[in-house]
Amino acid sequence: MAPPATSKPGRSLIALIVLLIGGVVWAFWPGTDSSVRLGLDLQGGTQVILVPQPVVEGTQITDEQLAQTVEIIRARVDGLGVAEAEVTTQGSGNSAAIVVSVPGLGQDRVVELVQRTALLNFRPVWNVLSPFPIDPADADAADGDAAESADESASDGGAQSAEIVQAPDYSPEFQAEVDALDCIDPVNLAGGTPDDPTEWLGACDQSGGQKYVMEPAFIEGVSVTDANAQLTQQGIGWVVTLEFDSEGAGALAEASTELSALPECGSGATPCNAFAIVLDGVVVSAPRFNEPILGGQAQIEGDFNVEEARDLANVLKYGALPVTLDVVDITSVSATVGGDQLRAGIIAGLIGLALVSIYLLLYYRVLGLVAVMSLAVAGGLLYLFVVIFSKTIGLTLTLAGVAGAIVAVGITADSFIVYFERMRDELRDGRSLRQACDSGWVRARRTLLAADFVTLLAAVVLYFLSIGSVRGFAFILGLTTVIDLIIAFWFTHPVVVLMGRRKFMQGGSKWSGLDPERLGGHSALDTLAGQSRRKRRDDYQSSTADDTAGDTAGDTAGDAAEVRS
Amino acid sequence: MSSITNIGQRLYRGEVSYDFVGRWKRWYIFSAIILLVAVGSLAFRGLNLGIEFRGGADFAIPNATCSVSEAREVAEAETGGQTIVTVASSGTMRVQTIPLTSAESIELSESLGGVCGVAASEITVQVVGPTWGAEISSKALQGLVIFLVLVTIFLSIYFEWRMAIGALVALAHDLVITVGIYALFGLEVTPATAIGVLTILAYSLYDTVVVYDKVKENTRGIAGQSVMTYDEAANLAVNQTVVRSINTSLTSLLPVLAIIIVGAGLLGAGTLLDLAVALAVGMAAGTYSSIFIATPVLAQLKRQQPEMKALGARVQARRKQAAKATATAGDSGGDSAGDSAGDGSGAAAGATTTASPASPEELRKLARVQSGERHQPKRKSRRKRR
Repeated sequence: MAPPATSKPGRSLIALIVLLIGGVVWAFWPGTDSSVRLGLDLQGGTQVILVPQPVVEGTQITDEQLAQTVEIIRARVDGLGVAEAEVTTQGSGNSAAIVVSVPGLGQDRVVELVQRTALLNFRPVWNVLSPFPIDPADADAADGDAAESADESASDGGAQSAEIVQAPDYSPEFQAEVDALDCIDPVNLAGGTPDDPTEWLGACDQSGGQKYVMEPAFIEGVSVTDANAQLTQQGIGWVVTLEFDSEGAGALAEASTELSALPECGSGATPCNAFAIVLDGVVVSAPRFNEPILGGQAQIEGDFNVEEARDLANVLKYGALPVTLDVVDITSVSATVGGDQLRAGIIAGLIGLALVSIYLLLYYRVLGLVAVMSLAVAGGLLYLFVVIFSKTIGLTLTLAGVAGAIVAVGITADSFIVYFERMRDELRDGRSLRQACDSGWVRARRTLLAADFVTLLAAVVLYFLSIGSVRGFAFILGLTTVIDLIIAFWFTHPVVVLMGRRKFMQGGSKWSGLDPERLGGHSALDTLAGQSRRKRRDDYQSSTADDTAGDTAGDTAGDAAEVRS
Repeated sequence: MSSITNIGQRLYRGEVSYDFVGRWKRWYIFSAIILLVAVGSLAFRGLNLGIEFRGGADFAIPNATCSVSEAREVAEAETGGQTIVTVASSGTMRVQTIPLTSAESIELSESLGGVCGVAASEITVQVVGPTWGAEISSKALQGLVIFLVLVTIFLSIYFEWRMAIGALVALAHDLVITVGIYALFGLEVTPATAIGVLTILAYSLYDTVVVYDKVKENTRGIAGQSVMTYDEAANLAVNQTVVRSINTSLTSLLPVLAIIIVGAGLLGAGTLLDLAVALAVGMAAGTYSSIFIATPVLAQLKRQQPEMKALGARVQARRKQAAKATATAGDSGGDSAGDSAGDGSGAAAGATTTASPASPEELRKLARVQSGERHQPKRKSRRKRR
């Protein structure tokens, strides 16, 4: 049997109010960002959907590769310095998609950014320095073309990408700039600033442990034809093997012959015998040449574990991305259109809300007022949840989400109607209003739970299986369904029960929406006096009498009824 | 409004009753005609798929000052493929081309902007690769199948498998009609349309679940009596929920209509409008099918059950006897069989029974007798009052 309906409606209401206040305080705590994150279709900007393809046909993309790809793209996008730019993955394996959203920018810049394969260069190392910046005052004193080019690269990359120093020739000014470079700052270790291979370069090591001064590149990344992580011949530790095309092989032979004769790096010698592998302005690895390499095949040794060896091999092989990326969808919305769409969505929502409210008020009168209040609370709760989810899991509200919210107005109103109609049915059966509030609820509750479960199921399945705009819609649909239940359980029902205790409603005013006369039940006074119940029992007895009078089948019905009562 | 309430109470009490279940032939024929049109449109006209599904590029140019032919010339010269140019009521020009690479689309948006006197950054661009659409569609289909399997399991557990089938039939009915309307009128199918269709899934099932829940309640322990058949009990449930169905349909359609009005008036074609049109059609179909399709299908499935067959026979036998008794006793007026003969036109006509059907009063009584749970709160409240 269903558990008894709430007899203490005040408690549910207080629980809801506490929840609301808690949520509001948390979401709108001063000093934190409490705005709703808008999708690009509502604020303008560019969204690019990329589908990663495995480099080797027929293989599966691993989660690791996907994560690595996203990491690299994110570093580049962050380099734009646009707040709220985001890179997300949807799905996994070979059916994964990477969604890059950059508000406020046109398609040209974003597409160029994500499609670019990172620049990989091999440079002879001039010298290795400690990662700490050396008094910047010295650097200021020295200004020349080095300082200029440093500024250039900074403005090029934006605020968030690694700082590098480049100059056409080695000069004291250039050295001073490099000295001032801060390799403790994590921004400078993230990369994202492609370097010019024909110029000198000062850049940080990936780990932030060293700072390198490097000569112009002797091999560019495109010359690498293959790279693999392998166990050493002794079977202890890992190495990375490299293969070059003929041009690369020639350059390698020349450079290695020259460099391997030089003194060890770190001893203060300039130049020294290492070469640096530079990716997007960060030194990924700086192995030293042990001997001249003449065959176009090199092997990088070091204290690699398997992960490090694989990562390095991947960097060498794919530039940076462990997968190739197909641009499958570009959507670029101007800020004007975005604003228009947002406005249209809000207007449509308000009109929809107003129409539904008017209808509910006309049809259900005072009860309709409860419904309209419930809708208002549901709307507030939805806004609150959207803010909270914007903050916590980075939910962005898209046009499809707005549409979902508008549709939800009707679906939320549905649940009130199911409840109210149930109550009316109970009144028609001759119940008192107090009883109808509760017994109608017990029945409506079951229906609501079943029906909302189906909607929630749809939302969850859609969310996990779809890509792009459908996902945003599914999230809002699921959210509004949960809110629908919260409101029905903690607001609408308690309020109806509280109102049902008031004289106005009990008297069955025709404005109450629950006038038993009009509903065809017994008059209110009747009901209060409990006469109807007596009357009903009479009805019931005469009905069973009727049944038994007829035939044996009638007996069964009578018996069944008796057993039940 | 008051008259609706009035009808509502008469429907509830069974005083006014429409034979939704018994007249199944009528509804089936009506639905069959619509479904035929829908399927025919799909087969012969096909769907007008948006670029999101077939691949292509779409440029929306606000306040374009160029002519349609100028824009088309520029686009066709650059892409070397067929280009469709339309102008929406809001003055926004849409240029749709064959699939482009990202470099080509950047170039074209610049030249379109140049011709039409609009900055390239003001142009809304969408470029979709030719295989991407297929991927979205296959994902959506995959989701649909998984959802249907899950929902069938849920309905089979919560109700019974016959109700799951009835709900799925109603659902398929709504989906085919919605998609058919798109084919018939050549409306463009976009991802927003797909979202709309998926919402209909949830909505149609929600409606059916509400009606079935009432059927389930009305038919609890029905095999243990002989006053009414399953068909009649199910029909009473539909009648009792019909006012709710109308109300919920209206409240659901009102916001959707608001979207259509605002979408068409302010924006021209767009995501909101695409979504709303699919929803409006689907919701209307969903309401119709929950009343006219889902329950008759269920009743027909139930009729195959041995217990329900036995019940039908028992009810029929009892009614014959009652009729005989009435005939011998003359019109004493007091008994129920006489009543039912009196307002037989309004009463539920069981499709399987030929004898006079249960009178509304009888149905009401039965419903009261069956709801055993009601006795509990009643006693409790009585105690409270003391």
